[in-house]
Amino acid sequence: MLQTWKAFYARSDPAKAYSLLSPALILVTLAMLVPLGLMLSFSFFTQISFTEIDYSFTIQRYIDFFQKNLLVSLLIKSVKISFIVTFVTLLTAYPVCYYIAFYVKKNKMLWLVLLTLPFWTSYLLRVFSWKIILGTKGVINSSLINAGLLNEPLTFLMYSETAVIITLTHAWAAFALLPLYVSLDKIDFSLIEAARDLGLSRFETFWKITLPLSLPGIIGAILIIFIPTVGDYVTPALLGGTDGRMLSNMIQAYFGKVNNLPLGAASATIMLITVAIVTIVVSYTTKKLTQRIS
Amino acid sequence: MNNSFIQINGISKHFGNVKAVDDVSFEIKEGEFFSLLGPSGCGKTTLLRLLAGFEYPTSGSLLLDGIDITALPPDKRPTNMVFQNYAIFPHINVEKNVQFGLRKLGLTNDEIIKRVKDVLSLVKLEGYEERYSSQLSGGQRQRVALARALVRQPKVLLLDEPLGALDKKLRDEMQLELRTLQKEIGITFVFVTHDQQEAISMSDRVAVMSEGKIQQMSSPNELYKNPQNIFVSDFIGETNFLKANTELKDGEYINVNIENLGSFKIKNNLNISENASEVICSVRPETMMIDTEKSDWDICLEGKIKQTSYLGEMTKFYVETKEIEKIITVSSQYFDNQSFQDGKCFISINLNDISLLNKK
Repeated sequence: MLQTWKAFYARSDPAKAYSLLSPALILVTLAMLVPLGLMLSFSFFTQISFTEIDYSFTIQRYIDFFQKNLLVSLLIKSVKISFIVTFVTLLTAYPVCYYIAFYVKKNKMLWLVLLTLPFWTSYLLRVFSWKIILGTKGVINSSLINAGLLNEPLTFLMYSETAVIITLTHAWAAFALLPLYVSLDKIDFSLIEAARDLGLSRFETFWKITLPLSLPGIIGAILIIFIPTVGDYVTPALLGGTDGRMLSNMIQAYFGKVNNLPLGAASATIMLITVAIVTIVVSYTTKKLTQRIS
Repeated sequence: MNNSFIQINGISKHFGNVKAVDDVSFEIKEGEFFSLLGPSGCGKTTLLRLLAGFEYPTSGSLLLDGIDITALPPDKRPTNMVFQNYAIFPHINVEKNVQFGLRKLGLTNDEIIKRVKDVLSLVKLEGYEERYSSQLSGGQRQRVALARALVRQPKVLLLDEPLGALDKKLRDEMQLELRTLQKEIGITFVFVTHDQQEAISMSDRVAVMSEGKIQQMSSPNELYKNPQNIFVSDFIGETNFLKANTELKDGEYINVNIENLGSFKIKNNLNISENASEVICSVRPETMMIDTEKSDWDICLEGKIKQTSYLGEMTKFYVETKEIEKIITVSSQYFDNQSFQDGKCFISINLNDISLLNKK
């Protein structure tokens, strides 16, 4: 029996693949699919009282969501903040990666490790450290006041959308660095030399050659930053104040203080769908653009 | 015809402590097929990149058609390059690749279309306009790279080992084609290669480089028949080296005492001084004769065949004699590896075929 099974295993590639995948498959099923399924089903229920839930099927929670201006505007704000964070991160990470990929000759790995060094501390600690930098009596405000440049501390720095954007940008920069670096490093430098040789200036060469060839990395970075920041909860909770609140904070409230599990579940599902749509649109359009880059 | 179309005046290029190109001066004629030949790391590619503008010299100046181009960036030079790996832009098709360099020349649309069409037919790539780099074979990519550079009608075409990645058959074909093409369009070609056979068969003139310096610059015939020093003689083709001392001169000739062989009078083509110790005599394998019988040639040595390699059109013999430890010689159809009993053979050399070389 054992022998036949061994022989089957040796011959069957799918069997090998599934057995290698099985630990991950079990984990994903238990920790992802089951909770997701529960959340989805809860979004079709009704909260009757503080402890009671009516388990009959209804889509009223989704209608509720779009009837509450607050929720819709929070969803829009979440997407907007994420887009800004993604854009600023790309804008700051791209030149760094460009430099490492084309101008650093030795110890490229060391540069990358050094750049990701801040990310060895926990996300939460980094959010708290931004509190120290941006706060009313924080590093920026107190040094500006001590230097005599300001009389009153800048209030827009802390507990605002700005604070959330700055913190999220810093928090996700490292994740943008890697896909960007990989796609830029893959570009054969002789292509850039060839473009220069064929009469293009540095700037034109960047537009015509470097940028299109690094698009896969740009798309990767966009998705890697956009997807998690839309649903980010810690940063807006700690630094957002009322102005910088995002949809995830509201969802947390529905599952906690407000105790309206079905509406929270519906909001989460809507957010999930929004992220999925944005992801599909971004990857589809850019895939069209980059079909020929391999 | 301009004899000093490209003037290279005392060009040096240092990378840190490494002198990649070390005070090199020479001129290239207009319309010439000029090759830079040397082993890897000899500075030939650096010299080509200096001409293209990808590197700037540490010292010295470059003139092209009378204009100083030393400090010009690549996009301002009337040169174009065919890269070793072809550097075809992967995200645009063949037609767009070829058009790429034309957009800055201020041509009308009709002119652009005509030029692209003409150059694609010149390199025999009609019908491939819509293909992408990944859909082309090595030889076709090479043609695209060539078309893309030629379509701009540069004054000088720079080629960086363009045939290195092709298989032997295709390489031989492309060698002939490149040569024909160059004669047809009359553009000056500067061709970098490490393959001596390639350089000799294609070029009008060849510069042999080693350690950043030019060892010899002459026509292929001259290079093979009259190498100036050991490096060139060894690098171009195969040869046998014999240690010797010079004795007294006799007009164009000089008496030479070859180690273990005795005194001979041979032609002093490099004008080597009398009583010089440590000169080297070179004898090409194909000038010698291998036979089963003794001959009446100037030198005839009895030897034993240590090893043979059969190459089809000829056979190469590695022979040991009492006087010389290792001689390489070749024989065409007449003798092959089965002709000699117990490896016993006779090697004959004519004095005319011995050339005298400087040690450096």
